[in-house]
Amino acid sequence: MAKLTLDDLKKIKEKQKATFALREGGNRAKITVHMGTCGIAAGARDIMAALMDEIARAKVEDVITTTSGCAGLCAREPMVTVEILNAPPVKYGDLTDEKIRDIFREHILGGKPVEKYALVIGSETTY
Amino acid sequence: MEDLSLHILDIAENSVSAGASVIQIKITEDIKENVLLVEISDNGEGMDENAVKAVTDPFFTTKAERGRRVGLGIPLLAQAAREADGDISIVSEKGRGTTIKARFQHDHIDRKPVGDIAMTLTILISANPEIDFVFEYKRNDQFYEVDTREIREELEDVPINDPAVIKFIKDSISKWLSDTKSIMLE
Repeated sequence: MAKLTLDDLKKIKEKQKATFALREGGNRAKITVHMGTCGIAAGARDIMAALMDEIARAKVEDVITTTSGCAGLCAREPMVTVEILNAPPVKYGDLTDEKIRDIFREHILGGKPVEKYALVIGSETTY
Repeated sequence: MEDLSLHILDIAENSVSAGASVIQIKITEDIKENVLLVEISDNGEGMDENAVKAVTDPFFTTKAERGRRVGLGIPLLAQAAREADGDISIVSEKGRGTTIKARFQHDHIDRKPVGDIAMTLTILISANPEIDFVFEYKRNDQFYEVDTREIREELEDVPINDPAVIKFIKDSISKWLSDTKSIMLE
């Protein structure tokens, strides 16, 4: 009869509340992992897991990750779109665990798109 | 798709696209009956009768209006089930939601492993914090459940997709799975 123990959850709440109060609410960056059938089959879930891991390690509070469907370029999956506030969005393709971690450090934390992995820079935003 | 947890992620993404506010994922492993059941149900927009008939056709997609012509998620799940001497069923009602069930012969040599279901669930939760997820896992007589509505209530204003909360949910599922592993080997 395993259930999530509420005591554990309470501890997390108290700990996170302190940091949560400091957040200003706005997100600086949004990363969309394309998670259509093609993306998942090509390894999009591991890309998402790597991103969640990097976000937790870097302790950044203003970066959100989300998923979307097929972007129409199934052959280049796994793909992500990185949107940084006030900058053109960048689509990356043919990703691996290593590449997405580079992108996280250089683009999301450093603000500099990783051109060698980029498919497209510019076009649509979802802000 | 390498394992069932990836199929589940794929099918649940359809529920997200269908505008569901609650998505339920159930896995049942019954060794005595030699069956593994996967059930994904949502309260999204649902499909009419023709769409239900058509979704197992690999050349059908609900996304036709957006210029895409193929939807392989359900056909791939159906194939995985057939390969393990099982089948799938789809019940859907326009405006009410959709339930997809897949049945597998548990000990079939071609039955895909369940895979990292904790990862699938936590990715769904963290990418869709506005959606509630109910996850149930049954292994013989052992039962596990996560309901994000209950977690949310407990968390008050701490977001459900906070990395610490996500890690907590993931660890909790993994622990239950390893605790109950031995009953699957009997």
